[in-house]
Amino acid sequence: MKKRLYELAHCRAGDKGNTSLLSVFALRDADYPLLVARVTAQAVKAQLGHIVRGTVTRHEVPNLCALQFVCEDALGGGVTTSLAMDAHGKSLSYALLEMEIES
Amino acid sequence: MIRIGSGAGFAGDRLEPAVILAERAGLAYLGLECLAERTIALAQLRKLKDPNEGYDPLLARRMERLLPVAKKNGVRLLSNMGAANPVAGAAALLEIARRRKIPLKVAAVTGDDVLQLLEPNDRILETGGRVADYPWLVSANAYLGAEALLPALASGADVVLTGRVADPSLFLAPAMHEFGWDPADWDRIAAGTVMGHLLECGGQVTGGYYADPGVKDVPRFAELGFPFAEIEPDGRFVIAKPEDTGGVVNLMSVKEQLLYEVTDPRGYATPDVLADFTTVQIRPAGTERVAVSGATGRPRPQQLKVSIGYHAGWVGEGEISYGGPNARARAELAAETLRARLAPEFAELRVDLIGLSSLHGRPLHAVGEPYEIRVRVAGRAGIREKAERVGEEVEALWTNGPGGGGGARKYLREQIGVVSTLIERSRVRPELHVTEVRGEEATV
Repeated sequence: MKKRLYELAHCRAGDKGNTSLLSVFALRDADYPLLVARVTAQAVKAQLGHIVRGTVTRHEVPNLCALQFVCEDALGGGVTTSLAMDAHGKSLSYALLEMEIES
Repeated sequence: MIRIGSGAGFAGDRLEPAVILAERAGLAYLGLECLAERTIALAQLRKLKDPNEGYDPLLARRMERLLPVAKKNGVRLLSNMGAANPVAGAAALLEIARRRKIPLKVAAVTGDDVLQLLEPNDRILETGGRVADYPWLVSANAYLGAEALLPALASGADVVLTGRVADPSLFLAPAMHEFGWDPADWDRIAAGTVMGHLLECGGQVTGGYYADPGVKDVPRFAELGFPFAEIEPDGRFVIAKPEDTGGVVNLMSVKEQLLYEVTDPRGYATPDVLADFTTVQIRPAGTERVAVSGATGRPRPQQLKVSIGYHAGWVGEGEISYGGPNARARAELAAETLRARLAPEFAELRVDLIGLSSLHGRPLHAVGEPYEIRVRVAGRAGIREKAERVGEEVEALWTNGPGGGGGARKYLREQIGVVSTLIERSRVRPELHVTEVRGEEATV
């Protein structure tokens, strides 16, 4: 059965230069293994490929039931020179939570 | 145990929450982080025009309200509101103190300005290029660490005013000062850095940048309280907020802020330490209280990061709205028209449909026809007059665009880009400037 990631996780976006940092947390700790299995770096790149032009790297942070995604070349050249409305990519957390995963 | 509060998370942050913290949270210290990467470059531009300027433009407004309360309750303040000119910022503070008849000692910390120390061949971290690639440099500031603030705290100053300092260091420094932590006691320095990282964005750990109705509800959101930490000599601490304020402090809000803007959870680098966030343990510790422990650290980086501001040209923007029947088609026609009229002049041009695709490129779930759409265009140019063309073409849509175009607005701003390089620690020399208004002066 497919589920929207929004039903399983919460997320916050941060930025460093042209890199977007997306932190994904299980809403219920019991769902963390499912997130680890399904929300891979590859899956995130597929979900946000039209925004994230560079590499996506994933860090597992099990003490927080969290996954940290480092998305390179994601902010239109960088926060300070981007022409985008949302130059910081602060809304990208909710673009990731749109992702559908097999549960 | 001491209590350290966070009274601002960015330059334009709300004023009231800091006053509430100083009034009734039993704080020993209150940190105010007000200096984004770009903010210091803008401050440098103001200093070039007037040598008495270049500190945070909101400093006077914040401090008029905060200083009397903080002084009355013995809360010492630390802030990077000194921006490009901490000494001038200190003078402005003393002026407030004199007028309000408050005895006040201010310590300004300088030495972060390393513009004169840059070499053309210094490497730019983001691009792999060189400093020489940026002919119009505005500013270059090294990130000072907590150690640079210790002499200021030892001076007994009521307010410590800095320029560029790593954000968590503003909160770590008072813990080091109070508990006498060895700067090479990496686990404790890491614990204080985790505390600083959780506090540095103000309301972002108490429900700001977090609330999502029905999923992550935040009570009394309009009265969002700012956080403080109760830290022990061994580095364990609790994050909390003042009673009778809005907001939340729970595991979810603390987790979100803990990983905020973290590139490597195993090695969060500041001038003070390389902190490992993957060993941190968090647990509930009562109503709106979360206990944090277990941070570990490794020796600090040998070099300091330098943030370089440069002129990146001018950006012109314009917006206009379409609503009702066929709004999307009329908005798309406006977008195409703007592109056709501006593209020949602008190498860098972006056209957005607000309400449809401006944030995520396209809707990521099925949507019906939007009732209204705002067309937005932005273009970059080397000179101001050319950038102004963008807004002019949007306004021209009143009479030269699709039917029913309303609410046209135009904007123009000078763009300051920011890149980074590294500098040897030994080349950066923090300096302390202590000034004061004494009791008799204050009561004259």
